[in-house]
Amino acid sequence: MIRCENITKIYKSEAGDTFALKNVSFEVRDEEFLAIMGPSGSGKSTLMHILGCLDVPTSGKYFFDEQDISKLSDDELADIRKNKIGFVFQSFNLLPRATVLRNVTLPLIYARVPRENREEKAKIEIQNAGLDESHFYHLSNQLSGGQMQRVAIARALVNDPLFILADEPTGNLDTKTGEIVLDTFQKLNLEQKRTIVLITHERYVAEHANRIIHIRDGAIVEDEKVTNKRILTTNNFFHKDL
Amino acid sequence: MMIFDLFRETYYALFSNKARSGLTILGIVIGIGSVIAMIAVGQGSTASITSSIQSLGSNLLMVTPGFQRGVGTQVSAGHGSSKTLKQEDADAIQKEITLIKALAPELSSRYQITAKGTNTNTSVVGTTAAYTTVRNVEITEGSFISEQNVKSLSKVAMLGPTTRDDLFGENATGVVGKTIRINKIDFKVIGITKSKGGTGFGNQDDMIFIPLTTAQRFLAGSDYLSTIYVEVVDQESMTTAQEQITSLLLSHHNISNPELADFSIMNQADIVASVSSISDTLTILLGAIASISLIVGGIGIMNMMLTTVTERTREIGLRKAIGAKKKDISLQFLTESIMLTFIGGILGIILGWLLAWGVTQFGGITTEISLTSILLAVGVSAAIGIIFGYYPAHRAASLNPIEALRYE
Repeated sequence: MIRCENITKIYKSEAGDTFALKNVSFEVRDEEFLAIMGPSGSGKSTLMHILGCLDVPTSGKYFFDEQDISKLSDDELADIRKNKIGFVFQSFNLLPRATVLRNVTLPLIYARVPRENREEKAKIEIQNAGLDESHFYHLSNQLSGGQMQRVAIARALVNDPLFILADEPTGNLDTKTGEIVLDTFQKLNLEQKRTIVLITHERYVAEHANRIIHIRDGAIVEDEKVTNKRILTTNNFFHKDL
Repeated sequence: MMIFDLFRETYYALFSNKARSGLTILGIVIGIGSVIAMIAVGQGSTASITSSIQSLGSNLLMVTPGFQRGVGTQVSAGHGSSKTLKQEDADAIQKEITLIKALAPELSSRYQITAKGTNTNTSVVGTTAAYTTVRNVEITEGSFISEQNVKSLSKVAMLGPTTRDDLFGENATGVVGKTIRINKIDFKVIGITKSKGGTGFGNQDDMIFIPLTTAQRFLAGSDYLSTIYVEVVDQESMTTAQEQITSLLLSHHNISNPELADFSIMNQADIVASVSSISDTLTILLGAIASISLIVGGIGIMNMMLTTVTERTREIGLRKAIGAKKKDISLQFLTESIMLTFIGGILGIILGWLLAWGVTQFGGITTEISLTSILLAVGVSAAIGIIFGYYPAHRAASLNPIEALRYE
């Protein structure tokens, strides 16, 4: 699914060059649930931007779905993000003053999905993410944090991406709500066979994945297989009591 | 992004900020509205001036006393101040120039007129029967001065409708046969001319027509003429006729150098051309002043769009993250600004039309809204949308998605 070969990212500034990533190499297999963990300033955000095709490395090669994307143009990167990647952000990034349904159909506009199919697809994903019909026409800024993140997850999934990239998805949520969101990711990985990369600085959050890559000062320091993985807390996967 | 989606996104964006969008649109409405209204006033006055000059008569040449120094620059052409045109001149033109259809000599001056306790001061025109054809005068009541009246020096008067109103009251009837006093001499009213609707200086409705000979003998006491109106057979012969009359009068007055001519001949077409060039300049000036407000409106659009782009930086970042290309983003913002100017343009046309209508209704100035000015307004507003929307749209499109997503 993903292969990084000696990825280096340098930010140039007047104060001198900053090495955000130094010779990072790793691979993510299909259907894997990987956590990238590191303190702030470790380069994990830079890595996430490259993995998410939002940025390209200064040197090294990045293969996404067997395609070398290191040298692609902005618009070609946009096409990959549109068709193959679903993003979930820490701060949700929903359109304010827009309904849940409109937020979730947004990626389908750019994917040129015919209008008549969009709402149908969006409604399915919203319900899969654990919100019911009554929420379709709620405005996004009237929802709770957990509900907002569910809308964001529905939005990430609506165009059926191979790969989900979650950047601190529980960062703005309380522990209980965070737990439920992490459960959702586990289900997406186990039942829908989607590849997931989760960026976090918390060990507890990272332990929901199958594998953790520890990153510090722009380099991988440890590649750990999670043995005592935190599993679903309830049998009822979708919590409706958010 | 498909066109329909583009418009839907634009609709959401503009409606989520109704007050701001409304005020920005108002700027364009005022700009377009004032341009249309101003051009309407300018073109309306051009049209009304032109038509009032043309209503003087068709293919008309006017011979007046005074020195000719080109059209519009005669210094001493005041009626009565130069007494260089005489009845013989009119007779000579009538006899020797073949290109003329009709000729009407005129001696006019202002006198005090009284009738049964009312009085007015107006222009009294002494002329002949041919005046009706040459100057397009129509009669509503009675009959115009006849050849017989001129021969017998009759003291009869033809009133213009405004003069009739002044002397006998608004739309008075049964005026024919009554007596008025011009310069303390009694005249019998023989008819009323039809209103030509002219206004201001030289209003043809505020006049009294009497036989030329009567005017020369009893009012002016001399046989000088103030104007000779010549109607030429057709449009093409105007210049030739003008040249022939000039050389005829020069030889009659024993003047060898045409520069020293003691009369001048004005061609109706020349007057129309010079007057409409003045009012065209006026139209351009009014339009130019109004378009300043249009530019200010455009700056308002740009200001709003720049604010919007800054406010929606995170949204732009998100749109890019989920696959929007540069073109999608710039089109979205460009559509927003074009939509603002488009709505502003439509409302502006309505406002301009209402303003023009109001000016006509309450200001009494003729206005004329041409299709050209509407097309111009629509074109200009679309251009403003594109020009003033381009930079903000470009700025939005070139935002780095990573920085945009992080923007607080």
